[in-house]
Amino acid sequence: MDSWDRFVFTFFNAQVMATYLPRIVEGFFLTVQLALLIVISGLALGLLLAVVRSFGIRPLNWLIIFLVDLFRALPPLVIIVLIYFGLPSLGAAPSGFVSTWISLTLVLAAFAEEIVWGGILAVPKGQWEAARSTGLGFATTLTHVVLPQALRLSIPPLTNRTIAITKGTALGSVVAVAEILSVASGAVGFSSNPSPLTLGAIAYLILFVPVVAFGRWVETRFAWKR
Amino acid sequence: MIRRRTRVAAEPVMTGPAPIVAAPIVAASGIHKHFGALHVLKGVDLAVAERELVFVIGPSGSGKSTLLRCCNRLETPSSGRIIVDGIDLLDRHTDINAVRRRIGMVFQQFNLYPHMTARGNVTLALRKVLGKGRAEADEIADAALARVGLAEKANAYPLELSGGQQQRVAIARAIALEPRVMLFDEPTSALDPELVGGVLAVMRSLREAGMTMVVVSHEMGFARAAADRVVFMDHGLVVEEGPPAQIFGAPEQERTRAFLRQLDH
Ligand SMILES: Nc1ncnc2c1ncn2[C@@H]1O[C@H](COP(=O)(O)OP(=O)(O)O)[C@@H](O)[C@H]1O
Ligand SMILES: [Mg+2]
Repeated sequence: MDSWDRFVFTFFNAQVMATYLPRIVEGFFLTVQLALLIVISGLALGLLLAVVRSFGIRPLNWLIIFLVDLFRALPPLVIIVLIYFGLPSLGAAPSGFVSTWISLTLVLAAFAEEIVWGGILAVPKGQWEAARSTGLGFATTLTHVVLPQALRLSIPPLTNRTIAITKGTALGSVVAVAEILSVASGAVGFSSNPSPLTLGAIAYLILFVPVVAFGRWVETRFAWKR
Repeated sequence: MIRRRTRVAAEPVMTGPAPIVAAPIVAASGIHKHFGALHVLKGVDLAVAERELVFVIGPSGSGKSTLLRCCNRLETPSSGRIIVDGIDLLDRHTDINAVRRRIGMVFQQFNLYPHMTARGNVTLALRKVLGKGRAEADEIADAALARVGLAEKANAYPLELSGGQQQRVAIARAIALEPRVMLFDEPTSALDPELVGGVLAVMRSLREAGMTMVVVSHEMGFARAAADRVVFMDHGLVVEEGPPAQIFGAPEQERTRAFLRQLDH
């Protein structure tokens, strides 16, 4: 066996791949599910926090700023482990899936809040004044005049951040979530052959290349012309 | 909607042979405004009668914008009293949004909503403040845009319009609400010279239609031609006021003379 054959046998072992493909596919769909949940709840919570913050209620804003800084500072893996191993002692016992979902949702929400808040601040004061001078109230001005502009400014950084955090689903392998990486490394153990990891990498590419391409498209589509 | 209307006694304003007996549309008195330690308005009185065009001039930083912005409470005066169309603006119980829709404001930087078409800019308040349906709001908006000569630009976005056109859309946005008074803060200062005329023409047509207007501007030619009264402000005080012929022809105060002299250079 020359070195090329050895390389193919090790990383592209057709027999091993065929055996574990169904499980990798299952892991793929679980990852998609987890990622979608994180994106939806993380962005929604982040947007909600930014909107609440814009009402300028002091104690509430201190709380928001504290939480946002906390979840931006902690490594996501630390949060996952804390929730998975720490919450049971408080009476709740979330599964690995739920722990990962909650953790990455909080992290994404924290970053999204900061980005959207930055967008709200970047909308010129004159926009508020023009709207208020026609008799529009604070909330209507926020939702109809300021937020549409703030979100447009936020979309490129938000897309990048969302992609980065969603890749954190791989961290779920640490708390027994049967997502792609977890399934693939398990298969490597069983088969004593790394080919399942190749499959896993391909699965990640199939999942994230379209997402990254979408992000690129969004960035050019919403580039702010002035 | 809870709104307490504080009617003020009619205060006859004697200008010329025909006395105007109606209460002034805008009656600001003893207005002081501090920004921190900065004392920007130092007891300003301003009364604007119905259908009157009052022109406010003065050096940069003299408090003209601040005075105008106090008249729709974009700034809250530190003390004083402002009655607009019979409503006490500084009364805690006044529904400020209800008053503001009777006070149109036009800004130096236009401040159009960039994500909405010209029609969308005009209909937003019609729908969300006056509660009009889409069809009716569109109709009113198109009529307002026609009044400023932009009927064919209803579907254009602000970025697709020249500065002069944007400012005219901003005027349409304000007049669509049928305000009792229009406040203009340097409406032509951000425009290229060749675009100023179109905006001034719209303002003149508003005046001819009987709109009450307060205009802060450096367009002295327009003031001479269209103003009923010119108010000269300096350092947060009204130094002198009178008909344009008097202020421009024979100003009494040395500070007014100095300001006008320096404009000529
Ligand atoms: N929001 C603000 N905060 C602090 N200072 C202000 C503010 N708005 C205006 N000023 C100050 O008040 C003074 C008068 O400003 P302004 O009313 O804009 O004058 P004008 O319109 O006559 O040029 C200036 O010194 C200006 O710097
Ligand atoms: Mg000014």
